[in-house]
Amino acid sequence: MRALCYHGKQDIRCDTVPDPRIEDPRDAIIKVTSCAICGSDLHLYDGFMPGMENGDIMGHEFMGEVMEVGRDNTRLKVGDRVVVPFTIICGECEQCRRGNYSVCERSNRNASVAAKVFGHATAGLFGYTHLTGGYPGGQAEYVRVPYADASAVKVPSTLTDEQVLFLGDIFPTGWQAAVACDIEPSDTVAIWGCGPVGQFAIRAAIMLGAKQVVAIDNVPERLVMAKAAGATVIDFDQESVVERLNELTGGKGPEKCIDAVGLESHATRSVDALYDRAKQAVMMETDRPHVLREIMYVCRPAGTISVPGVYGGLVDKIPFGAFMNKGLTMRTGQTHVNRWTDDLLRRIEEGQIDPSFVITHRASLEEGPALYKTFRDKQDGCVKVVLRP
Amino acid sequence: MRTFLSRHHADPTANTIAQALGWFSIGLGALEILAPRKMARTFGMPRSRGVLAGYGVREIASGVGLLWAKDRRPWIWSRVGGDALDVATLAAGMGPSNPRRGTTGLAMAMVLGVAALDIFCAARLSAAPGRAAPVRDYSARSGWPRGAAAARGSARDFATPRDMRAPPGLRHLNGGEQPG
Ligand SMILES: NC(=O)c1ccc[n+]([C@@H]2O[C@H](COP(=O)([O-])OP(=O)(O)OC[C@H]3O[C@@H](n4cnc5c(N)ncnc54)[C@H](O)[C@@H]3O)[C@@H](O)[C@H]2O)c1
Ligand SMILES: [Zn+2]
Ligand SMILES: [Zn+2]
Repeated sequence: MRALCYHGKQDIRCDTVPDPRIEDPRDAIIKVTSCAICGSDLHLYDGFMPGMENGDIMGHEFMGEVMEVGRDNTRLKVGDRVVVPFTIICGECEQCRRGNYSVCERSNRNASVAAKVFGHATAGLFGYTHLTGGYPGGQAEYVRVPYADASAVKVPSTLTDEQVLFLGDIFPTGWQAAVACDIEPSDTVAIWGCGPVGQFAIRAAIMLGAKQVVAIDNVPERLVMAKAAGATVIDFDQESVVERLNELTGGKGPEKCIDAVGLESHATRSVDALYDRAKQAVMMETDRPHVLREIMYVCRPAGTISVPGVYGGLVDKIPFGAFMNKGLTMRTGQTHVNRWTDDLLRRIEEGQIDPSFVITHRASLEEGPALYKTFRDKQDGCVKVVLRP
Repeated sequence: MRTFLSRHHADPTANTIAQALGWFSIGLGALEILAPRKMARTFGMPRSRGVLAGYGVREIASGVGLLWAKDRRPWIWSRVGGDALDVATLAAGMGPSNPRRGTTGLAMAMVLGVAALDIFCAARLSAAPGRAAPVRDYSARSGWPRGAAAARGSARDFATPRDMRAPPGLRHLNGGEQPG
């Protein structure tokens, strides 16, 4: 089959690789009808996440048709149309039973390596480094889905691929980011990053009834898309984010802040950004936490910070004094996708939201490597790429 | 509507080169300021060390400008101007009276090489349309099939799970109940 494979930093190729096979009785093999490139894939592409190996199949946002099921998989049938969450879950361990799916205790088959790095292992993820299991990803014609009986989400034929594909990651991710803010009708929610995750966080915050949603980025097309949903926008190249946010909140700062940027944050005209670049370059720091610093500084005392943006290792010069003295709360994590999928599928069916708004580029798998670059560089107005193998 | 004018991503190649040139400027400038005597001697032009230190300040200024300024264009052009000065200074030292004119010639070749890069980068940055307008218009991409008014609060029926509630002691800030 054809698949997008990792061959080193900024080197993704469309290779021919062996087809996947059922390895466990709970598995299913999915024929991928649509898959997408995610901001998380860019962290791999740019070489910021450890644990990728030559030839690893990329991709964790995909959906398709069930081709084959293992003998213990009684929930799925050949021909079912499913979206597959990017977090692999057993559905039975203590964390899964609590709904903390992204820290499933069983699905990470490289748990001992992960535990060395993070203290404890987290769930297995598709196409996302050997720290999270080294599972072949979904930017491919076929994928083996482990524990498919617990995770795969059946979707009705009345909805198109483009309407449901994002149930596997970015819609629930933006949703959980907003839910973790426990939004009240009087809240201002400020969202850093208007990439796909930010776009869904913006929409989730609006749906959950925030008084005001403020979106921050410097990419014009993305700011326009944020504004289209009803957000107030700040271009961080043009104005001071801190000043503007204070202005919009009577000097008090936003009650709820969401970091939908993660470890590759950019900054203009700021000393800390240069400092981070230099430290990252000499490997004394793995992540650039400019956005986190800004959030801790501007967030209203007693407010909440929600961090869907991915970090991989060490950050430096965190204003923890501000965080502690202001009594802030922080919520983080990879998304517990399956916790939200049923409810969000219903909201799509009811017409509360149509997730396909975010798609700007559609292409074949072969065009994938070039589109990684387009998406990374935010060229040609690229916000979200969908590939059809 | 305000216009968006951002140097980022408009021309990634030019931006990458500009950034590299920025660091290069700072490095060279530091060398010129910290060891002007040694450099001047290397080129067989011992009397130009004051000039060199001055050039060091200029290099650092362009470098900082290239890395920090919102608009890189004036700073890259300042480098091009500086290259002209460097060429003139080195040319003066290329006469037969300089015993080390070989080294000076080498330096000249390097300056010309970097100058070519400076000019290329300056041209690219100046040609880039800036970010006068978004390249595609997404103003109709709300994601709300039933309109924006219907979308606001459409999910108020959603009950925040217990593990994601804001701490009760803080909730009153948001106009809810007072903490017990
Ligand atoms: N928690 C999860 O389960 C989960 C799931 C999916 C993605 N993610 C993460 O969410 C993040 C965003 O993903 P995406 O697909 O939207 O990626 P993206 O790269 O398309 O978006 C990031 C956006 O942040 C903007 N940005 C950079 N610096 C900024 C700054 N200083 N202030 C404001 N905005 C800034 C960029 O211009 C870009 O538009 C990534 O870190 C990704 O790994 C997390
Ligand atoms: Zn993703
Ligand atoms: Zn589990």
